[in-house]
Amino acid sequence: MLSYFLRRVLYAVPIAVGVTLLVFMLLHMAPGDPVNAVAGPDAPADVVEALRRAYGFDKPLPYQYLLYLGRVLTGDLGVSVATGRAVAGELAQAFSNTLVLALGAALIGFVAGIGLGGVAGWHKGTIVDHLATVVSLVGVSVPHYWLGMVLVILMAVEANLLPAMGMGSTPGEQLRHALLPVLTMAVIPTGIVARSVRAAVGETLEREFVQALKAKGLRRGAIMLHVVRNVSPTIVAVLGLQFGYLLGGSILIETVFSWPGTGFLLNEAIFKRDLPILQGIILMLALFFVLLNLLVDVAQAALDPRMRRA
Amino acid sequence: MTRGIPKSLFLAAALALTAGTAQAQGILRIGMTATDVPLTHGSPDNGFEGFRFTGYTMYDALVNWDLSAADKPSVIKPGLALSWAVDPADPTKWTFKLRPGVKFHDGSDFDAAAVVWNFDKLLNKDAPQFDARQASLVGFRIASVASYKAVDALTLEVKTKAPDSFLPYQLSFILMAGPAQFEKLGRDWVKFAAQPSGTGPFKLDKLVPRERAVLLPFKDYWDKGRVAKLDRLELIPMPEANTRTAALLSGQVDFIEAPPPDTIPRLKSSGMQITSNPYPHIWSYHLSRLPDSPWNDIRVRKAANLAVDRDGIKDLLGGYAVPAKGHLLPGSTWFGKPAFEVKYDLAAAKKLMAEAGFGPDKRIKTKILISASGSGQMQPLPMNEFIQENLKEIGIDVEFEVVDFTTLTNRWRAGAKNDQNAGITGMNYSYAIVDPFNALVRYVKSDLHAPNGVNWGYYADKDMDALVAEAQNTFVPEKQDEVLGKIHAKMVDDALFLWVVHDVAPRAMTAKVKNFVQARNWFLDLTTVSVQ
Repeated sequence: MLSYFLRRVLYAVPIAVGVTLLVFMLLHMAPGDPVNAVAGPDAPADVVEALRRAYGFDKPLPYQYLLYLGRVLTGDLGVSVATGRAVAGELAQAFSNTLVLALGAALIGFVAGIGLGGVAGWHKGTIVDHLATVVSLVGVSVPHYWLGMVLVILMAVEANLLPAMGMGSTPGEQLRHALLPVLTMAVIPTGIVARSVRAAVGETLEREFVQALKAKGLRRGAIMLHVVRNVSPTIVAVLGLQFGYLLGGSILIETVFSWPGTGFLLNEAIFKRDLPILQGIILMLALFFVLLNLLVDVAQAALDPRMRRA
Repeated sequence: MTRGIPKSLFLAAALALTAGTAQAQGILRIGMTATDVPLTHGSPDNGFEGFRFTGYTMYDALVNWDLSAADKPSVIKPGLALSWAVDPADPTKWTFKLRPGVKFHDGSDFDAAAVVWNFDKLLNKDAPQFDARQASLVGFRIASVASYKAVDALTLEVKTKAPDSFLPYQLSFILMAGPAQFEKLGRDWVKFAAQPSGTGPFKLDKLVPRERAVLLPFKDYWDKGRVAKLDRLELIPMPEANTRTAALLSGQVDFIEAPPPDTIPRLKSSGMQITSNPYPHIWSYHLSRLPDSPWNDIRVRKAANLAVDRDGIKDLLGGYAVPAKGHLLPGSTWFGKPAFEVKYDLAAAKKLMAEAGFGPDKRIKTKILISASGSGQMQPLPMNEFIQENLKEIGIDVEFEVVDFTTLTNRWRAGAKNDQNAGITGMNYSYAIVDPFNALVRYVKSDLHAPNGVNWGYYADKDMDALVAEAQNTFVPEKQDEVLGKIHAKMVDDALFLWVVHDVAPRAMTAKVKNFVQARNWFLDLTTVSVQ
């Protein structure tokens, strides 16, 4: 198990370096000059050039990349072109805000999704299954942006029960402020997890070993345990992927609720062509995906010994 | 004893409630359209919204804007300079007498050395306080300045490269930051932005990036008539228009910028105050004058201006617009007396097109660069589609290239000749027309094309250049206004742009917000406001 873990960690290194290269190339290929985007409209050419030099955008691209890689390896993600603030600090703050939403949405989405999907899969073809399927389809299909606005109108504007936007400053306030964005954000993972769990449970129930267990006269509870053990590697993979998406924050949800997380920061950085911030966010999210995949692989290997031989 | 406890509890609760109410009376929470709190070090980003909320609130310039009236255009007035005069024998030499007794928020004195230090932060690349980012944001305002020196503690001498009568206007954008605070914070502008020190009526209490800035009144403000009445001012970035509306309706903010026009009836029915006022803004098409542009024919330019149904566009915007009569607002000091009347007259437009050799059989096909949103761009997609239909009627088929606002700005700065603008004959860009340079000169002076400036379409006219030179050499304000009027009249008579509407900056606020004056300007004076 340890050697499997170490092997997977080693695989992550070239992936992370590849991600830095890809992110760097894509951002520099995209139209829009980062210096022009932040300079005043009538800034004279020599001042724009001075600004370009100050941020190192005047150097050849391969050299810029090597400098960037060298800095990243020492933990320095640079400074924002728009504000001059350190990218690492901006990311840490935004990420901690998004984490509040992601954890809340994961808790609701995963519990509801597994519950709905499990019931639907166990009672496949019944009215319970149909109802659960409709709920999960709605979850997958409903536009985030629209749902967020509707919840704001109903719960904040009309009922005045919850705040419409922002984060609040005390933990109690934050909880109230987080409720609507968390609910909005939880809808998609609920739907996706429910569909995956339903399919996996239904498929497992049709396998021969389940028939054999039934024929042996095992109680429903015992059979269910066998099913859970068999579907869990698949479900863990889905949960890992969904949690990764949630950590990325949602530009739409965070903009609708003015929640200063990674999505909000990303939105601002895109419009201001703030390359250091963009590079930092994408790199951090990519590394989180790598880490999550690693954790998922390890969890799957722990749950299913066959994985360790792969 | 047992009977005393409930009584004391009741008293405590009553006190707490009273205290809460008293505190809430003076807090104004504003939902801004910016995605982040604009820069707080004295050279704001986010255009004039930045100057409005983190510029003139915390800082002063040598020359300030008088924002006290809603019924007439704003004018400049003495700020940190008590007076200024140009040397009659040498019109490049200016003397500014500075206001005595002014303190920065950090307690240090404002004097001529502080002004020199602030000029150095923008113009002197060798100064420790020089900041390329700030220079890029506002340094161009004083590009005409050749040298400057402190004659004594309260006298400043400025020399310009050539006579420049617009200097006082340009100095209104150079905000004075505190040198002592900069030194105290280790000569670091990022730290300064977190703990800034200006001389303005508000001082920064707390800055949480992308979340809020909390400003408190500066009780030692030099202008005792403008000491802020609020207990606290909170600036909250809310780029999404519907979020701002919902936040106002649910009581999370007291005042929002730019509510969407279609939400205004709902806001009114909820008891909100809606304010609006024409201000120096123009929504227009900046036309290319390169050799292959169809807009080189004055008849086509005039026809386009006569084909646009501006009242229809005003209706589209819920009535929140002023139909353009030229580049400047009707009634502006510098409007002049143009002979050509910008109005909706389809028959006259068709006649002009026929004279130019165009019509139903010979149509003009052209491409205009527009954005889907952006600062000052109002509702660009429906407005542009409306104009597209109007122009189709007179034989001009417009195709749009839609880009995001940052790209639009980049391509605007690059000029019409730049490769990335190949095939584009005009761009829809909104302009702030506040001071003579921004209102007129930057679009018409022949040497201000890219990369020297934003004469995007490469317009060049010797008579216009002569008028600009005359304005820059006219130092008597009334006479200068007259020459600026001639420049504007020539712009209208030559139909240099396709002018559409001026924005009126609708704002919504709760009934508790009192004494708010919406000046005819991009900037606001929030010192008069109270929340009751």
